[in-house]
Order: sequence, then C-alpha cells, then structure tokens
Amino acid sequence: MRLDCPICGERDRREFYYQGAALRRPAAEVWGPDWDDYIHNRENPAGVTRDLWQHEQGCGAWLVVTRNTVTHEVLDVTLAAEMGA
Amino acid sequence: MRIEGKGLIDRTRPVSFHFDGHRYQGFQGDTLASALLANGLRMIARSFKYHRPRGVMTDSSAEPNALVTVGRGAAQEPNLRATTIELQEGLWACSQNRWPTLGLDVLAVNDLFARFLGAGFYYKTFMWPRAFWERVYEPLIRRAAGLGALSGASAEDRHERAFAHCDVLVIGGGPAGLMAARAAAEAGADVILAEEDTRLGGRILAECGEIDGLAALQWVEEIAGQLAGMPNVRIMTRTAVTGAYDGGTYGALERMAPDVADRPHAPKGCFWRIVARRAVLASGALERPVAFPDNDRPGVMMAGAVRAYVNRWGVAPGRATVVFGNNDSAHRAVADLQEAGVHVAALVDARSYATCDLDVPFYPGAQVCGTSGRRGLESVALATPRGVERIAADCLAVSGGWNPSVHLACHMGARPVWDPVLQAFLPPEGAVPGLCAAGAAAGRFSTRACLESGLAEGRRAARDLGLSTPDLTVPMAEDHVYDILPLWRVEGRGRAWLDFANDVTVKDVELAARESFRSVEHMKRYTTQGMAPDQGKNSNVGALAVLAETTGQGIAETGTTTFRPPYVPVPIAALGAGGKGKGFAPERLTTSHAESLARGAPMIEAGLWYRPSYFPKTGEHHWRQSCDREVVMVREAVGICDVSTLGKIDLQGPDAARFLDFVYTTRFSTLKVGRVRYGLMLREDGHVMDDGTCARLAEHHYLMTTTTAAAGQVMRHLEFVHQGLRPEWDLRMVSVTEQWAQFAVAGPRSRDLLNGLLEVPIDDAGMPYMGCGAVRLGGVAARLFRISFSGEHAYEIAVPARYGAALFASLVKAAETMGGGPYGMEALNVLRIEKGFITHAEIHGRVTAFDIGMQGMMSTKKDFIGKAAASRPGLLAVDREQLVGLRPVGAIKELLAGAHLFGEDAEAISVNDQGYVTSACYSPTLGHVIGLGFLRRGRARLGEQVRAVDHLRGSETLCEVTEIVQHDREGGRVRG
Repeated sequence: MRLDCPICGERDRREFYYQGAALRRPAAEVWGPDWDDYIHNRENPAGVTRDLWQHEQGCGAWLVVTRNTVTHEVLDVTLAAEMGA
Repeated sequence: MRIEGKGLIDRTRPVSFHFDGHRYQGFQGDTLASALLANGLRMIARSFKYHRPRGVMTDSSAEPNALVTVGRGAAQEPNLRATTIELQEGLWACSQNRWPTLGLDVLAVNDLFARFLGAGFYYKTFMWPRAFWERVYEPLIRRAAGLGALSGASAEDRHERAFAHCDVLVIGGGPAGLMAARAAAEAGADVILAEEDTRLGGRILAECGEIDGLAALQWVEEIAGQLAGMPNVRIMTRTAVTGAYDGGTYGALERMAPDVADRPHAPKGCFWRIVARRAVLASGALERPVAFPDNDRPGVMMAGAVRAYVNRWGVAPGRATVVFGNNDSAHRAVADLQEAGVHVAALVDARSYATCDLDVPFYPGAQVCGTSGRRGLESVALATPRGVERIAADCLAVSGGWNPSVHLACHMGARPVWDPVLQAFLPPEGAVPGLCAAGAAAGRFSTRACLESGLAEGRRAARDLGLSTPDLTVPMAEDHVYDILPLWRVEGRGRAWLDFANDVTVKDVELAARESFRSVEHMKRYTTQGMAPDQGKNSNVGALAVLAETTGQGIAETGTTTFRPPYVPVPIAALGAGGKGKGFAPERLTTSHAESLARGAPMIEAGLWYRPSYFPKTGEHHWRQSCDREVVMVREAVGICDVSTLGKIDLQGPDAARFLDFVYTTRFSTLKVGRVRYGLMLREDGHVMDDGTCARLAEHHYLMTTTTAAAGQVMRHLEFVHQGLRPEWDLRMVSVTEQWAQFAVAGPRSRDLLNGLLEVPIDDAGMPYMGCGAVRLGGVAARLFRISFSGEHAYEIAVPARYGAALFASLVKAAETMGGGPYGMEALNVLRIEKGFITHAEIHGRVTAFDIGMQGMMSTKKDFIGKAAASRPGLLAVDREQLVGLRPVGAIKELLAGAHLFGEDAEAISVNDQGYVTSACYSPTLGHVIGLGFLRRGRARLGEQVRAVDHLRGSETLCEVTEIVQHDREGGRVRG
C-alpha cells in the first residue's frame, strides 16, 4: 500500500501511523450522544472510508486519507490541517 | 547420462558435490537436479505420506518431488528444490523423509497400507481417546509424514531487505518478457526485468528454435546484451516476483549466486519490495501432468522438463524414453530427443486424429494406463485401440497441456478465467491495477505469439505512462497453433497421483466429493491437495478438473482455490531480514552511559533506553544494599541521576499558551515566565494519558517534559491536536529529547553542589521551588529547573547533549565530596513511592484523574482534551478504585506489585476483588515496606486493613490503607 503524502510524495505505508476514522470533534464541553459517536461508534463501511494517518516516519503531517476498503483504492490524501478533521 | 555437445554447461569446469554422503561430479551451469540425473540417479526423494520412491519431475521452482536439505549445522536448509539449486563446489545435499536411508526406508511400509490412508484418514481414525491427539497421535504422525528438518541451531542472519522503484516491472525474462522490456525501455521507461532463473531466455533455454533467422539462444543473448547496455534497464536474474500488493507494490525474492553468497558478509538473498507504475506479467506457463495409474515412479517426468535436461544441461534422463501427451508439445519433445540422439521408444498421443511425421513408433488415440518398476520406471503400459501393450522404458515424458502462470494476476482476490479452447485458466483482466499479462502467461503459447504480445504489452505500459513508443517489429519465429484434447486422468488399476508433493490421488478427490466436500476449497482442505511447498502448481488444475468430472459440474463452475502470495517459498529470514537484535530493538544510550558502566551499574531497559539500576559500591552484594544507600544519600546529602530519557518537547509561538491550556487539564497560559508547573494530560476518552512538568522559558516559548515511556505517544498526540483540531493556532513544536542532556541534582545539599559549579550562584529568591531559568557553567549555557521527583530540595540541570558526559562526571565528582553520588532507577523509584508520585505503573491507561485524586486539576473554566468524556458519571463514581498508599501491618512484610486487594475476611476470589497493588518497595526512610495501589472507595478507607494476595507467587500480606504520600506529607523538604 502506498500513500501520497501532500508534503513528501508517494511513500510506502510502513512510514505511516494509522489512527482511525476521521471525524469532527464535537464542540460541546459536556458529554452527549455526539461525543459517544466521536469516541466510540464506528461505521466500518465496505466501501469509501476516511481515516486519519500520520506520516510519522516522514514529515509528521497528519493526513485525512479517503480510500475504498473493498478495492483498496486510495482516492484522496489531504493534510488534516487543511481539512479541519 | 550426458549427451556430447549439448547444453549450456561449461564442461571445462567440473564441480564436485555430495548427495547423501556420496561424492559426484557435475559441471558449472548444472542444477543439483541435472547433475544427479547426469550421474544416473533417478530416486532422489521419498514421498510425503506413502514414502514412495520419487525422482525429478520438472526443471523449475514448481518441482513437487525432488526436495532436499542443503548444508550442515546451523546453516542447514530443508525443503529446497533440487531443480533450482545451482551446483557449486562442495555442495552438500541430503534426501529427506526417509530412515535410515533413501534406498531402505522403513516407513515405506505406509505404502502397503495405502488403502487405509486415504483423505480424511487421520480425522476419522485418531478420534479416540480425545486426549491422545495432542500427546500421542499427532507427534507420531508428524514424525512419519513430513519434509526436511531445521537444525534447531540459530542460523546467522544472512538476508537483506530492499526497496526498488521503476516505471515498468517486467516479470519473467522469456521471449515475451524480453520484448516487453525492450519496448518499454526504448520508449524511455525505467524498467526492471525480473527473472527467476539464473539467466534470461525462459523456455528458449530448454528448446532449440530460431528467432529472426538466428538460433533462438543467440537472439536472447543479443537482446539481453542490448538491455544490459541501457542505463534505464535493470536486469534482476535469480529474482522471483512472489506477490502483487496494493499500490503497484510487488514482493520479490532475489537469491545471490553461490559464489557471491559465499563472500564475507555477503547476503544469501534479498527480499525486494518493488514499486512499479506498470507491470507486465510474462511469467510463462507450467506444463501439467496426467493422472494415470502409477504415474509417480522415478523416471516419469514432464515432457518440457525432459527437453530442458536434453537441450540446456546435455542430460538424457533415460536410455529409452516413451513420450505421452494430448497436445503437440509431446511431438516437439520427441523431435528434440531424436535430434540429440536419445532413443524414443514410442510417441503416445491421446488425440486419435493426430498425425506424426517423425520416425518413431506412433500411437494415436492411445493412453498410458500404467507403469512398473521397483525404484524407478522399467516399463510403460499403453491402452491402445488394439488393446494393452507394454513397452520397456526408463523415462516417460508427459505433457498434459500448459497452465499459464496466472498467480500474480490473482493475488488481489480475482479468480482466473477458464478458456475452453485452450483448456486452461487465463489471467483476469485488470484484477491487479497496472498489471497486464503477456506471452504464455496470457495463453499465447507459440514463440511468435509470445514475442508479439510481449511487444504489445510493453508498448501499452509505456503509452499508459505518456511515453511515445518506438517502432519495433515482431521477430519471426515458430507460430504453432495450440491444439489440445482434454485429458485429466486415465482409468486403470492402481493409484493415479494428482498432487505428488502431498501424495493426493484421484481416489482421494473422488472420496472428498463422495463425502460432500464438493466445493474446490473444501476438497483442497480435506485432501490437502495444493497445500505442499509447491502450492499445487502441478496439481491444482488437474485436481479441480477431476473434481468437476466427479461432481458433474463444469471446470469453469468448479473454479480454482484462492491464489495467495508467495509464488515461491520465501524464507522468514528474508522477510524479516534486519529484524533481529538491534534491528528489532535499537539501543538508545544516554550521555552518562559510559560513566555509569565504568561505575559498575547494571543497566535496565526503559523502552529502547538503557538506564542504570544502581551504582554498587565495594562490599555491596545485593541490589537492595546499593538502593537503600542511594535513597538515604539523596534524603541526607545529594544524589545525581540522569533524567535525559524523559521526553522533551519544545513549543513556540503566539498560540503556544492556549494550546497547552487545551492539551493539559489545568491552565498554562497563566504560568509566569521563569516558572514550571506540573500538568496532567488526558486522552479524549477521559483517561489519563501522561503527566509531567512544563516550563515557560519565554512569553511564547514553553518546554514540556513527558514520561520516558510516553514520549512518542505524546508527541504524536500534540501534533494531532494542533494539525487536526486547532490548525489555525500559530505555534510550532519539536522533540528535543536527544538534544539536551538533563540531570537531577537532588537532596538537601543540591544547591550547595550547584553553586560550586555555576558561574553565578543561585539562591531561594532567584530560583524558588518550581522556578526555572538560564544559567552558565564551565562557559556553557545551561537550563536550570527547580523541580523534584524525590520530594527533596532538588534541581534538574540541562545542557546540550554534547556536554552531557562531562557535566555528569563533574556533578558526580562534586557530589562525592559532599557525601553524595549517583543514584539509579531503583532508588529513584523508592524515592517517588515514598512521596506518592505516580508513574505509568499507576497511570496505565485505565485510570482517570479522579482515580488518582487529581480531579481538582480538571479545570471547569476552559475546554481541554478529554474534558467531556471525563465528566461521565461512571468515571467520577465514588465506588471506583482510587489510588491509596499501603503498608504491611501483619507478620508478613512482603508486598508485591500485581497483588490484588481483598477485604480482611473475604475469600481471595475475583468476585471479591477490591483493587490491586501498582508499586511496592522497601522504604529505608520509613524503615518498612510501602506500596501504592488502587482500592475500591480507597480514599474513604484510610486506616482500614486489606489483604494483598498474589496467587501466582503465593504471597498474602495484611496491609493498612494509608495516604498516598507516606513521607514528608507537609512537603517542607522540597522547599529547602
């Protein structure tokens, strides 16, 4: 598997750290269902998914990777900083 | 037997080698298989299950029979295919799966009981008693059936791993691969041509034909020479591409030539990850056998392999050969044998309509229906339209047709496509992005068709990359039409083998179908067909065709099993090359490492770091003696400890302050410049991630410390919070753990010690508790922090790492003049347990700020990571396990971390579990054992008695619940 880091270019997946689903952090400072969704509930789709990865062995950039879990196609790699994960 | 004047071997360079202890001779260019055949050895192995005599069957890595063990001692390598072992001087090879010798194998008796040993025999027979399976049956069966063995000794790691990148990867260096590589290379693409064999040419090496009016071999030499001269082409022979993976990544195993591998420090092999934008699969095709009775005797070989031994190695595998086939390959084999002067006793063609213009006894419409011979083939029985005939022969060359090597095209889950005309599975289109098949791998079997499709696919790959493709013409070559009559099995008395490597016969597949294992995947697992080292390369298609016949389904409907990497066996040593020892766990050493070792300190691992446990003095024989002395030394004088391993993160920028407010539970924006504060960091799920101090060095400049263990995790977390959650905030951060050497100077004499070294002395007003600032010593700028992990009046002093060793030496020297000295991890641990300071023994990932009594540090006035989740009622419940101190009060004074806590009278079983001990030590300060632990409702239970029970180590201790801080509860000492 290869990921196209917007800063470093295409690299082997061994350079990246995988975090999990890319979700928007709720604004509320108190617990609620949206926090439950953010921390615990996951879709696990057969198809397109958005994940957070870090180019840990490279530039350190956090990335939002859009990929297809069925075909393994990597559809998009964007800096998390530009996305507002 | 050698044939004069034939072959690509160098007859001027004889090579002697050993097989089963006997010395033989071959030539440079031989494989072990060709050399053994040349020496007249036909029985080379015993079969897996029935211990049947077996000989060489193929000339490729697909060899199912001729597996041998090479080398002796630790370097001994089992299950290597004799057909791929390059002969070298002194080669030591042994046969396998026989006892005491290959000729006299006691377990050959299995063959007599074969009718009881069919598929599923083990499952059905060794059922009772149940307990016998693991202890009796399985070990017995494993000993009786099997392959070669490892020596058991640790082998020296002699493999490498590497990456390669290219525009076009051409897999296979036969006519199709050579044309594809040439087309892509002349278009300007960066090409890697990977060939499993020792030289380019593919099937051309085994056949004698012409290309463009040249001898085909000469044509290969010319084009190989051209490619080798191009700077954008890399030819990798001895390199088998083993797998196709996501993103155009291919695995490949390169074996070094024996003379290269023998050089000092040279690797034996290299596992490559080749990243290619396009790939051309020109992996050729493998000839398949026919399942006729007793088709496994030594001397029964593939027709294409017989041609290879004659043409490439100048070896006649027999004195009288019968050739049997259902397609024209059999005829070409006869022609080659006759041309080489080898006697062909008969040509048997299953096609009744076939004609033959060769001068050979020809049997159209006939089939081989049996063989005989004790340790090798002696005669062949033919079922002809006129009845059964017997022909004396010591070699039987068989061609059941050709299976394109579609494996790599199917590695990403797709199944190959059945072609009824070719009676073969073809690679599925587009199943591996960027990969196209050419030549025989794509079912284009004639030389001309191979050249043509190789050229076309090479051009296509170049065009896809936006390159303009050169004008190249397809060379002239033979262009036969592939004609085949489906023939998978021949009826008759006796067993007919499908999978030679795992001893699976037609009868086993039929039995599987009868017992309802009718899916090809079930049949495979029930019979073990295709599960041997050759992974069914010789048998998969034949076995599923027999299954299809038995079940009445078509071959296309029956389908194949899943193709998975690797295409050829890959040693774990190659996949894991570089992953042993320091390659597995690199060593991180502090600047005081050498000095600590010189002082006799045993080192303890902390993550990848090595830290001193204690510094033994003359007369101390037990670590406790040293540890106790060091604790007292810190409490009464001064001690020095290297704390450089703690994570250090430098944060700068106008928004650094608000960033820290967001990642810590408490405020850091209110921290004054020149001051340090303790901080607690939560994960987003409300549990404690890490703790440490953070100093404000300037208005927009902070220095955070993390625990040693969590340094990497915290850095990653901070990067995420900044980039992912607050990208608009203006700050930058960098880990400076390696850049600064930092030492704790702890104890009542710490300031005196420092003032002896600092250029400008400090006092309590200028450097109060939790103060920090720039200092100088010995002409070097340093940072001083008045922080304490011991509860004593203490400092940490940091210098650029290059001064670390010198500073440690001078600190220790100064300490020793004051009754102090260095202290290690053991003393550091005791000092912090006495003071109730936590480490990751306590904040192990399942505890909250509430659990460790720091709920007051969770700010209500600002948002921070983990705030919402930490507010969940369950994480603040009073009956949670809370951090407490523990002190043995009964007769037994031993307290073990890991022991569980139970009520005084409760039975020590899990339903009564009240908590557990996280840290324990003997406190020389207090004169007794102390501990820390988590206890249900612990804070409300001070003074109660609980039992600490460790069932594993057989320990039970009555303890009193105490406050977390057990020494100097008022904290007066830290302020000096």
